[in-house]
Amino acid sequence: MEILVKNGFVYDPLNRINGQKMDIAVKDGKIVERVDEHKATIIDASGMVVMPGGVDIHTHIAGAEVNTGRLLRPEDHFKDFEVKTSITRSGVGRSIPSTFTTGYRYSRMGYTTIMNPSMPPLEAKHTHEELSDTPMLDKATYPLLGDWWFALEYIAQDNIEECARHVAWIMDSTKGYAIKIVNPGGLEAWGFGHNVKGLDDQVPHFCTTPREIIRGLCKANKLLNLPHTIHVHTNNLGKPGNYQTALETMKCVEDLAVEDKPVIHITHCQFCAFKGDDWRTLQSGAEDIANYVNTHSHVTMDMGQVIFTDTTTMTADGPFQYDLYGLTGNKWVNHDVETETSAGIVPFRYRRKSYVHAIQWSIGLELALLIKDPWKIFMTTDHPNGGPFTSYPKIIAWLMSKKAREATLKRINKRSRSRSLLPSIDRELGFYEIAVMTRAGQAKALGLQKKGHLGVGADADIAIYNVDPEKIDPSRKFRTVRKAFKKAAYTIKGGEIVSRNGEIVKHVDGATMWLDVKVAEPAEITGDMKKRFKEYWTVEYENYPVTDEYLKKPNPIAVEAKV
Amino acid sequence: MIKLQPAKEFRLPIIAECISPDIFQGKKITEIEQLQAWEGNKQRNLVDLFRIEDVKDADPSENVAINIEGDVSKVRRIGSHMKTGEITINGDAGMHLGEEMTGGTITVHGNVNAWAGSMMKGGTIEIHGNAGDYLAAPYRGSTKGMHGGKIVVHGNVGSEAGACMKKGTIKVCGNTGQFVGIRMHEGTIYVQGDCDERAGACMVEGKIVVGGKLQAILPTFTIDSVKPKVKIEENETVQGPFYVFLGDLAECGNGKLYVSKQKNPQLGSYERFL
Repeated sequence: MEILVKNGFVYDPLNRINGQKMDIAVKDGKIVERVDEHKATIIDASGMVVMPGGVDIHTHIAGAEVNTGRLLRPEDHFKDFEVKTSITRSGVGRSIPSTFTTGYRYSRMGYTTIMNPSMPPLEAKHTHEELSDTPMLDKATYPLLGDWWFALEYIAQDNIEECARHVAWIMDSTKGYAIKIVNPGGLEAWGFGHNVKGLDDQVPHFCTTPREIIRGLCKANKLLNLPHTIHVHTNNLGKPGNYQTALETMKCVEDLAVEDKPVIHITHCQFCAFKGDDWRTLQSGAEDIANYVNTHSHVTMDMGQVIFTDTTTMTADGPFQYDLYGLTGNKWVNHDVETETSAGIVPFRYRRKSYVHAIQWSIGLELALLIKDPWKIFMTTDHPNGGPFTSYPKIIAWLMSKKAREATLKRINKRSRSRSLLPSIDRELGFYEIAVMTRAGQAKALGLQKKGHLGVGADADIAIYNVDPEKIDPSRKFRTVRKAFKKAAYTIKGGEIVSRNGEIVKHVDGATMWLDVKVAEPAEITGDMKKRFKEYWTVEYENYPVTDEYLKKPNPIAVEAKV
Repeated sequence: MIKLQPAKEFRLPIIAECISPDIFQGKKITEIEQLQAWEGNKQRNLVDLFRIEDVKDADPSENVAINIEGDVSKVRRIGSHMKTGEITINGDAGMHLGEEMTGGTITVHGNVNAWAGSMMKGGTIEIHGNAGDYLAAPYRGSTKGMHGGKIVVHGNVGSEAGACMKKGTIKVCGNTGQFVGIRMHEGTIYVQGDCDERAGACMVEGKIVVGGKLQAILPTFTIDSVKPKVKIEENETVQGPFYVFLGDLAECGNGKLYVSKQKNPQLGSYERFL
């Protein structure tokens, strides 16, 4: 199929195209130099913004944890349902939509690639089954390795090469894409009812520390040449004063960086930028973090913006979720995933009038606006922890318009308003910077070669929004911008028009990307390892790896490792 | 007054949120006839299900009154989200009657199925027959129960009446099933008859008054005092004496459970803890 997108204002930051009027030609699912105008489907994009398809670096949309969240919250479903059409399937859910609905809703907003960030290796099969049922999107998932026993043991022995080989093995067996680290060491300690409080605390029974785990996996990541950096959810997340931990985490891998390349991604940074001694004295630590990030180039991060709404928090950080249950008294789930990680779920409501929640809202936006380089901070809500992904248009409006921020500031808690840095920030992002934060930057950080740009040879994932940058001033008409980003005029996925004006017009299955890491000497699967599976896991070694039939459309990405 | 009469005996469940004075307000009979309702998995016009008449009132008031004559026990969500007006049902009513209503009055001269007054925020429901389970309870999984208004049931009530209640009054003249006032946060439940077990389980605040027999008190309740009378609402006080229990201690709660002393001699042993 050939498509020609004509006369749109193209924002393609990776190719340095900033709002130029030009045509984009698509043939056989790829962007090409030109197509035959008489044969191709013409999309008249005059007066519209054309961007690469959206990329989401961190969104919990599939897996055992998400599904447990769905089971826990029938009240989240019954007021938000979608009826089936001749093309789409029915579905329910606001903060945790069912798989098909997730795909449709992303597609309507012009997103085409998403990353599911927390998969206990043991639950990999379940995760891939759900990912296969999430249509309209290309996706990948990160296995949780920060508390995985094999990794901890090799790191304690300082045997990074063997650790790297095991990471390669786990990428292959779980069909994973990047190394996810959640509260390193803390989740292992949580198995015994404890937690770690700093980077140099001892992890019980393992003679190692969170600092060593992060550094060890960061080195392994480099040895394996993985396209993404380590993806870190810091220690002490969600605790007042934790901006220090976040800074230390970034500093601890500073020396591992070469040539300005990022080596660490701090995810949902808003949740680890709290200053103050307790909840009453909570303040924003965004300025300190932004100052650090502005002067260092080895870090990328995403916002984890909070939206004032009812949502469901779910992370692999069991101790944090347990504390959250203590704070709210809500219903809760907590789970220890054998030798790998933990998990927790608590429904949560962010309130405008709550001092803490309003400060959190402010921190997210402060981070995004105070960090000067948009290639270092990306837009997420850590769906569904900060709010559902369907709120992205709201965040875009806040980032692009001071007026939009002030409108919300007026309605939040008074004390937090006086402490917020937002009134002093005049910066307003343009469409180019939004394109960086929502697609190009994320694709670059993920090492996705064919996503996030519209250069010749790239995957034909295109989003077209009905907003005219020459006529509409986003700073004043933020509502128009919000509306445009809510319902993309066209979403093109893999060279096919899949959504038009917020309606799905074609159902497509996206591919699941995974890393096929080529190591010179594969990890040795010893009898000892198999014996351990027998002793410690509920699943035998033979049944552990995800086999090909679990992936509907696999897209292995070959990586040459240095070990 | 708009009068509705079932056009046939309903065999399939009918979901008719449109039967609400707010929706009928300002509409001609022909427009009301075209309102949509679900019969099983088929969408129907209201006229396919009901005979609709406009009965001229002697005293036409501003608010619309709806009168339903006949058995509508298969019809769900009557009067859901209603804000004003009046619904009178002469017959049995189906599930979710007056769900999330914020005002107005519903009167039923018959029995009502489960979830009546679920999540209601205001208004009045009066049921002259029996009510089913989950009276005024929130949707499954939700913790936002009744937020205001008043429900009076002249007959008996099923299990979990007033679950997660936050405000308002429920008065039951008959008996109730198990778990009356479970997870209650505020508000008043007055049961004139007997209560089945586990009354007030997980309650945090609020008041449950049992005028009849309550076989056993949950072990997580502690006796506080004996009171001669208890106030239900403005202008209504019930004479006792009543044992007052505090709980549910498993939830660090401070809810009050009043149980008639006269009808419950089996609870006499608690008096030694006073």
